[in-house]
Amino acid sequence: MREWVQSWPVRRQLSGRDPLGRGAAARSAGTDRKTARTSTADGVTKSICPFCAVGCGQNIYTENGRVTHVEGDPDSPISRGRLCPKGSSTLSLVTSPLRPTTVRYRRPHGTEWEDLDLDTALDMITDRVLETRRRTWEDVDDQGRHLHRTLGIASLGGATLDNEENYLMKKLYTAMGAVQVENQARI
Amino acid sequence: MNSDCIVIQGSNMAEAHPVGFQWVMEAKRRGATVIHVDPRFTRTSAVADLHVPIRAGTDIALLGGLIRHVIETGTYFEDYMRSYTNAPMLVGEDFRDTEDLDGVFSGYDPETGSYDVLSWQYEGAEVEASAGFRDERTMVQEHEHAEIAGSGGAPFSGTPSRDDTLQHPRCVFQVLRRHYARYTPETVEQVCGIDQDTFHRLAEALTSNSGRERTAAFCYAVGWTHHTVGVQYIRAASILQSLLGNIGRPGGGILALRGHASIQGSTDIPTLFDLLPGYIPMPHAHQDQDLDTFIEFNAGNKGFWGHMDTYLVSLLKAWFGDAATADNDFCFDHLPRLTGNHSSFPTVMAQARGEVPGYFVIGENPAVGTANSKQQRLGLANLEWLVVRDLNMIETATFWKDGPEIETGELRTEDIGTEVFFLPAANHTEKDGTFTNTQRLLQWHHKAVEPPGDCRSDLWFYYELGKRLKARLADSTDPSDRPLQDLTWDYPVEIGPTGIAEPSAEAVLREINGTDADGDALSSYLEMKADGTTSGGCWIYTGVYADEVNQSARRRPGGEQDLLALEWGWAWPMNRRVLYNRASADPEGRPWSERKKLIWWDGERWTGPDVPDFPVNLSPDHRPEREDAGAESIAGDEPFVMQSDGRAWLYAPAGLLDGPMPAHYEPQESPVPNVLYPKHRANPAREEFARPENPYNPPGDHFPYVFTTFRVTEHHTAGGMSRWTPHLNELFPEMFLEVSPELAAERGLVNNDWAHVVTTRSAVEGRVVVTERAKPLRVADGSGGTRVIHQIGVPWHWGPNGLATGDAANELLSVALDPNVHIMETKAATCDIRPGRRPRGPDLVAFLADRRRAAGLEE
Amino acid sequence: MGANSWYGPLADPSADAGYGADHPERVGFFTDTSVCIGCKACEVACKEWNALPADGVAEQGAGGDVLGMAGMGYDNTGGLGASTYRHVAFVEQRVPATRSAQTDLDMPSMDLPGAVTSGEDRGDATEVRWLMSSDVCKHCTHAACLDVCPTGSLIRTEHGTVLVQEDICNGCGYCIPACPYGVIDQRKGDGRAFKCTMCQDRLGAGLQPACATACPTESIQFGPLDELRARADERLASLQEQGVTEARLYGHDQDDGVGGDGAFFLLLDEPEVYGLPPDPVVTTRDLPSMWRHAAAAALTVAATVGAAFLGGRR
Repeated sequence: MREWVQSWPVRRQLSGRDPLGRGAAARSAGTDRKTARTSTADGVTKSICPFCAVGCGQNIYTENGRVTHVEGDPDSPISRGRLCPKGSSTLSLVTSPLRPTTVRYRRPHGTEWEDLDLDTALDMITDRVLETRRRTWEDVDDQGRHLHRTLGIASLGGATLDNEENYLMKKLYTAMGAVQVENQARI
Repeated sequence: MNSDCIVIQGSNMAEAHPVGFQWVMEAKRRGATVIHVDPRFTRTSAVADLHVPIRAGTDIALLGGLIRHVIETGTYFEDYMRSYTNAPMLVGEDFRDTEDLDGVFSGYDPETGSYDVLSWQYEGAEVEASAGFRDERTMVQEHEHAEIAGSGGAPFSGTPSRDDTLQHPRCVFQVLRRHYARYTPETVEQVCGIDQDTFHRLAEALTSNSGRERTAAFCYAVGWTHHTVGVQYIRAASILQSLLGNIGRPGGGILALRGHASIQGSTDIPTLFDLLPGYIPMPHAHQDQDLDTFIEFNAGNKGFWGHMDTYLVSLLKAWFGDAATADNDFCFDHLPRLTGNHSSFPTVMAQARGEVPGYFVIGENPAVGTANSKQQRLGLANLEWLVVRDLNMIETATFWKDGPEIETGELRTEDIGTEVFFLPAANHTEKDGTFTNTQRLLQWHHKAVEPPGDCRSDLWFYYELGKRLKARLADSTDPSDRPLQDLTWDYPVEIGPTGIAEPSAEAVLREINGTDADGDALSSYLEMKADGTTSGGCWIYTGVYADEVNQSARRRPGGEQDLLALEWGWAWPMNRRVLYNRASADPEGRPWSERKKLIWWDGERWTGPDVPDFPVNLSPDHRPEREDAGAESIAGDEPFVMQSDGRAWLYAPAGLLDGPMPAHYEPQESPVPNVLYPKHRANPAREEFARPENPYNPPGDHFPYVFTTFRVTEHHTAGGMSRWTPHLNELFPEMFLEVSPELAAERGLVNNDWAHVVTTRSAVEGRVVVTERAKPLRVADGSGGTRVIHQIGVPWHWGPNGLATGDAANELLSVALDPNVHIMETKAATCDIRPGRRPRGPDLVAFLADRRRAAGLEE
Repeated sequence: MGANSWYGPLADPSADAGYGADHPERVGFFTDTSVCIGCKACEVACKEWNALPADGVAEQGAGGDVLGMAGMGYDNTGGLGASTYRHVAFVEQRVPATRSAQTDLDMPSMDLPGAVTSGEDRGDATEVRWLMSSDVCKHCTHAACLDVCPTGSLIRTEHGTVLVQEDICNGCGYCIPACPYGVIDQRKGDGRAFKCTMCQDRLGAGLQPACATACPTESIQFGPLDELRARADERLASLQEQGVTEARLYGHDQDDGVGGDGAFFLLLDEPEVYGLPPDPVVTTRDLPSMWRHAAAAALTVAATVGAAFLGGRR
């Protein structure tokens, strides 16, 4: 009770150095509690901005397994902690409520999306690859030249893929015999 | 940052690379002159010292004008040019220039629209170059040479003749001088619409900031590459910068500003049809070509391409492991063979013809993001199955449901047989891996959280797919399955807290780096061997895992390092930050000037703040004993170590398919004739595609205006990563069209009202932004007079899906390609513009047919 | 309460608002518009950190879109508001061509083909200038919003900034007309007033505000106000030396109508051009004298009433 009275702004105003009640005396509990969510994060992970090719450093703040903030990494000699509007929007990008998180399947001639289990989807795609490859395989051309390929499977990758991902893609496609493997880097 | 003059041309750097642009502002603060050459006055122009408005698609005329200016005024950096460029080399007697042949170089075949490039070679080099494969020298093989240029010049063999006095009429310097003799300031004015006063200000800024004491840099982006003559744009800048001595020196260079987080990585470790990792060409189909003959043809004798055998064998060992042995050519025949242009556009056209059943689209959105997007959707609609992996529900996944052709009635959902798998992807905070940025720097991003639901990394997806394919084929006896059976695919897996079994990206990076016979990580590609004892997935990346340390994850704060910051990430090759930096010293190894020193010879070795891009112990006076020993054949005063002559090329004797020197050609679609070469409006070697959905606008009054596509800083590419983000969309919520007050008056366009841009392909609507920043240009009309050209700016971020929707600019574009790299022209085309919204539904189809008929394209 | 609590120079508004001698130094923004590239990173970084809703110019949207263009070129934000604490203004101007003396001599006139030249379509002003400036709450030394707030929601913080305490604000809206810059506003559907907090929470953690952290070109500089003022003087001198005679500081003068701003600017034209009031005055400047008059009046009334009562008793 005594504490409550003492924290009553009018009492603070009349007894403190803020007789006009424009600062210290008028501070609310909410204001005193304000903390940056970067301070309460469980961890900070070093990352790189996923938009353009400048390669700005990003610090990813996380709490309870969720990203709570993304900010420029001041250590980066490239970006010195700065981010453009797109880089600054990274938190919204990675936590977007509009982001689809389940597999969607459209059967041939279908008019609506359907649900599909991820594992089943992988098996179905494996089937499609094997069947298409078998059907469209070219061992030699009409001049007897070694081809060892299929022109039945093509791929187009975005340029925001990791090097490691591109590497596995190129490696797997090449072993599959697919040659129409392309990337945003051309178009 | 170290530059004294920065010319930004073909790039809107402040908007597309704002954080990189801080270094331009930093240089400007320290006194550098910043010049922006662009059809549009952008936020880059706003802070530049000078904006030079240029007619879209005429940059070679301007750069050619600058080359002529530099030669005729003698403002080239003479010592640098004589020693480090191929100015003294003699061109063969058979070569004929565009100036001799009315706009084509020698070797042009009008039937095929392509060149036989043999006559372009140096004197003295051509005989040996044709040895071995003379009988099979075909255009296809020239393509192989063109592709290797991603990591240095095209290789050739032999020792060219030269004249160090630069007087011989066939020496490159004189050939160049004659070629550009007509590119006068008057010509520049007539072609580009740049007045002579402005031209001279640009030339003065450039030449007065080049030389021993000063350096100038060029920054470009897709404003240069997206043309039917795009590669030659870059070549023109290379010639100019080599003449001025601005390559390999601090503050110099030609900087490609690439648009995506790892688009550089996507070419280094290419998901491109014509390349293997590290710019090794994919093999074409040949009679009896084995590994040795492939190497013999594709590797140069001199410089680091001379060791291609070690890179390729190490790659094959990385992919096929123990199965790859010397006896079976290290499984060279496991590689599928090319028989032509299998790039994206021809592939999509084959899809539209129903010839390609399966398609993976990974983090890409061609349904709105690729030129002539209708053609892309027709391809999608004629697949058997389609896998789309993305962060958002993009148009490429939903084309069958609500694509523009459904609205117009050209396609019906029920008729589309494509089976679609949409697999949600993990984002960069949910996975480990490296991006390679625009300065070739690999930077590791650490995983921060687990991906939700079914979201997975592409690494996971391909690892899983590969595992399943291998399991299904384990017992196959079909020889076509051998490559998959032999494929090394054992990556350690880590089970995350939500149960996802993620393959280790670090293990993949280590495989890319390569290992020696003992299984230890290699530290340099110099350690690679052709005997099968080393492996490595991408030779230029070797060293990224040196000492068993993930060098790309190094993050010593920039504040604790010098500007080069060698301990932040890792740059290929060998962590060098400035390529060809041997050129920062004179032939004797002394810095050209104290102000511009970077690498120098200290009497025993090359030293300096950067990693020398040169054999570190090779003294400046070293002269090779043999010309065919790869790196050992490099002389101590030849800085361009990836070139077969060690020199920067003012003239390209090999490696290009549309000319050894850039010549001005109009874009595929242009409102004016080619003033310089009236017989050849556009690049004679460009790739055109005659298809019903890909008509080209004829010249003439039906499409009197020029449009150029562009980005704004508030959005990203076709919007796949930005159209779902509220805070970006409110900043640029709608498709818009940028026009000048003069054009607005001519066509009755009102600010913030609707207008639509029309081509023979489509009509696209947007809000009109009338701005004085857009400036009509006066150019020669080709018949002795002049005319005003209006240029319309069309951003390409929108599409039907997302929070802020609008028409996609790519609907407007045709597909016409640069012959070297098969890149389309998006930066200059013709159009009409009209007030109001475009017709909708079936009316749009009828409207476009009318416009084509009016233009004489359809009966 | 000091002599200049309401008007005039005031070195330490935090001390004036009752913070002890150990309070942190006054911080602020110096926005150097001469290096602004109009990228709006400040707007996005601010909204992301403060979890502000997108508002843009939704009510002007057309074509069924949620959001629409504002018809102001690249500015689709419109202005500062309850959900927009940073706003980048874009100003397009025609200016006379700047040609180097040497080339002028070489080529006095241009009638041949070339860029559309003087007299043809654009009059004498053949070049354009595109000014950009990131506006923000000025965190005035004398903040009328704070003075008029009846609930004590608006306060001066220990950092010398002006803060709306959202747990106190009752949405009365008195602060809105009080602001001489038109910065503060009520959020629709919420009713309370909001404006830039200078990232009060971040300041407490030793971080810079989100906008200044993101700004790619150091157009938005954050720091102790005294340092910023010195830096601004230097920058101004250097620009004027380079011939940028139109450069000027705004909100920098402690003798101005608000006692100087905690967020001040280097501009390249008159403030009105950027949508800033040329001579802002704290709307409560005359409050003390008004109070004195009011008190006198009240006393008179009281005296009269008292007298009446007294008289009545008599």
